[in-house]
Amino acid sequence: MTLSASFKAAEQRRPSRFGRMLEDRLPYLIVAPAILILLLVGLFPLIYSLIVSFQRITMTENDTSFVGLLNYAELFRDTRLWASLGHTTIITAIALPLELLVGFLMAQLFIDRMPGRQIFVALLVLPTVISPIVAGATWRLMFDVRFGPIGQILSFFAGEPVRILWTVNPSYVYPAIIICEVWQWSPFMFLLLLAALSNVDQSQLEAAEIDGASYLRVLRAIVLPAIAPVIAVACLIRGLDLVRIFDIIWALTEGGPGSMTETISLYTYVQGFSQFETSYTAAISFLVIALLTLITTLVLKRMELAR
Amino acid sequence: MRIGRLPARKARILAVRYLGAGIVTLLFLFPVYWLFMISFKTPDEIYHVPPLWIPGQIQFSNYYVLFRDGDVLAILNSVIVAGVSSGVAIVLGTLCAYSLARFGTGGENLAMWIISQRMIPPIAVVFPIFLIYVYFGLVDGYFGLILLYTAFNLPYVIWMMRGYIVDVPLELEESALVDGLNRWEVIWKVVFPMVRPGLMATSVFTFVFAWNDFLFALVLTRTEVITFPVMLTHYFGGQSNFWAKIAAMSVLGTLPIFVAVSVMQRYLVRGVSLGAVKG
Repeated sequence: MTLSASFKAAEQRRPSRFGRMLEDRLPYLIVAPAILILLLVGLFPLIYSLIVSFQRITMTENDTSFVGLLNYAELFRDTRLWASLGHTTIITAIALPLELLVGFLMAQLFIDRMPGRQIFVALLVLPTVISPIVAGATWRLMFDVRFGPIGQILSFFAGEPVRILWTVNPSYVYPAIIICEVWQWSPFMFLLLLAALSNVDQSQLEAAEIDGASYLRVLRAIVLPAIAPVIAVACLIRGLDLVRIFDIIWALTEGGPGSMTETISLYTYVQGFSQFETSYTAAISFLVIALLTLITTLVLKRMELAR
Repeated sequence: MRIGRLPARKARILAVRYLGAGIVTLLFLFPVYWLFMISFKTPDEIYHVPPLWIPGQIQFSNYYVLFRDGDVLAILNSVIVAGVSSGVAIVLGTLCAYSLARFGTGGENLAMWIISQRMIPPIAVVFPIFLIYVYFGLVDGYFGLILLYTAFNLPYVIWMMRGYIVDVPLELEESALVDGLNRWEVIWKVVFPMVRPGLMATSVFTFVFAWNDFLFALVLTRTEVITFPVMLTHYFGGQSNFWAKIAAMSVLGTLPIFVAVSVMQRYLVRGVSLGAVKG
C-alpha cells in the first residue's frame, strides 16, 4: 500500500468533515508558514529593492521618479566599486586554495587511526565554530605591534626587534586578513576532507600498496578522484562565503588603510549606511546577486559535467 | 597495513605523527589560548612590553566589569534572539521539510528555490530589509531580528531535515496509518522521534548561525537589543582598544558555542556541508 493510499484508508475511519479538510490540505498547510516567511523576508525586500534601484533616492532627497538604468550605468563608472571587487577576488583567490591545501594536509595527518584522535579533531575544529567577529578580534590582539605575541615571536627569530603594523601597513594588511581567514576556515576544509578521505575504498588503497605504487601516484589515481565531489562542495560553500567576506575585515582593518582592503560587502555597506545612497546601493546589491548567481551556476554546471 | 614490519618502526612513525598533530594543534589553538589568557590578565599585564604569555594569577575582574556595567545583556539578547529564532525555524522548517519529502509538494522547483534563498548574500538583502524595517518600526527590537534569523535559517533547516526525513523508512509511517493514527499523529509520534538526533544537530547549527551573525545585527540594532558580536565591535576605538573587555566578552560569547558544538560533534560534517557529505 502506498503512503497516500494508507492516508486515504485512515481518513475513511474519520468522519469529521473539518478534520478531513485539514488532512486533505495538510501538505500545503504545513508548507505555508515557512514559505510565507521566506517570501516576506527573502523575496519582498528584493522586489522592493529592484524598484528602488530604478529610482533616485538618497538621504537628502526622496525622489521617487523613475530614472531607468541610470544607477546601473553609474556602476560602470564607479572605480571604487571595481576596486572593491578586485580586493574580494584577491582575497578569495589566495585564501581558498590555501585553506584547501592546509585542510588537506591536516586531514592526511589524521587519516590513520591513533589513540586520542577524536580529541585532536575536536580541538582543531574550534576556530571554525567561533564567531568571525571574535576571530577578527583575536587576531587583532595577536597582531598588535606592542602588546601582541606575533611581533615578539618574529623578533625572537629575527634576533632584532621587528615592528610590523599588520592592520595598518599597506604591505601587510592582506597577509593579516588571509592569515586570519585561513586560520579560521582551514579546519572546516579539514573536517570535510577527513570525512571524505575515510570513505575512500580501502581495498583499492591496499591493492595499490601491494603493487608498490608511490604515494603521489596513489593520490592522483585513487584518492583525488574519490574525494573530488567533496572538494567541489567544500570549495563552493567556502567560495560563496569568501566572496561576501565582511566580519573578519570589519574587525581587523575596517576596510583600511583608506579603502585598500574594502571588499564588495564593505563597500555596499558604506554606500548604504554611511553615504545613504539608497537607490545606488540597491543597484550594487543586484550587481552582487547577478555575479554570484553567475558564478554559482557555472560552478554547478562544471560539477555536473565532471560527474 | 604491511605485515612483518618491526614494531620499532611503527612506534617511530606514530611518534612522528603525534609530534605533527601536537604542532598543528598548538598553532591553531594558540590564538584561542591568547584570547582566554588576556581575559584573566590585569591591565598592567595586558599592556606589558614585551607581552606576557602567562598571567600572574587567574582573576575575574575583567568579567566582573562586564556584569557590573550591564554589558552581559548583549549575551542575553543573543541568547533570546538566537534561541527563539532557532526554535521557530526548526518547527516550521521541519513541517515544511516533511511535506517536501513525503508529498513532493511543489516538486524539485520549490526545493531548489528554497535552497537558492540561502545562496543570496546577506549584504544584498540587508539594505532593503533595513528600509522596510524602518518603515514598520522593527529596527532595534527583538521581533525584527527573530523574524530575520528565522527566515535566514529556514532554508538550511528545510534542506537538512528533508534529508533526515527521507531516511526514515516509509513502512513505519504506513503501519502507523493502518493502526489508525492521523497524519498529525504520524508526524508527532513516528517521524519526530525518528529524526530527533538530526533535529538536535540542526537546531545547534541554526543557533550557531544566528549567534555568530554580525552584519544583520550591526544594521538592525541600535541600543536596545545589541547582540554580542556588535557589542564586541564597540570596544574597538580609534586610539585605544578596550582589550580586557574585548577578551572577556569574546570568551563569554564563545563558551556556549564550544559546549553546543562539542555535544554535537558527531553531526558536524553533515551539518556544515549542507548534508552533501554524510559524516
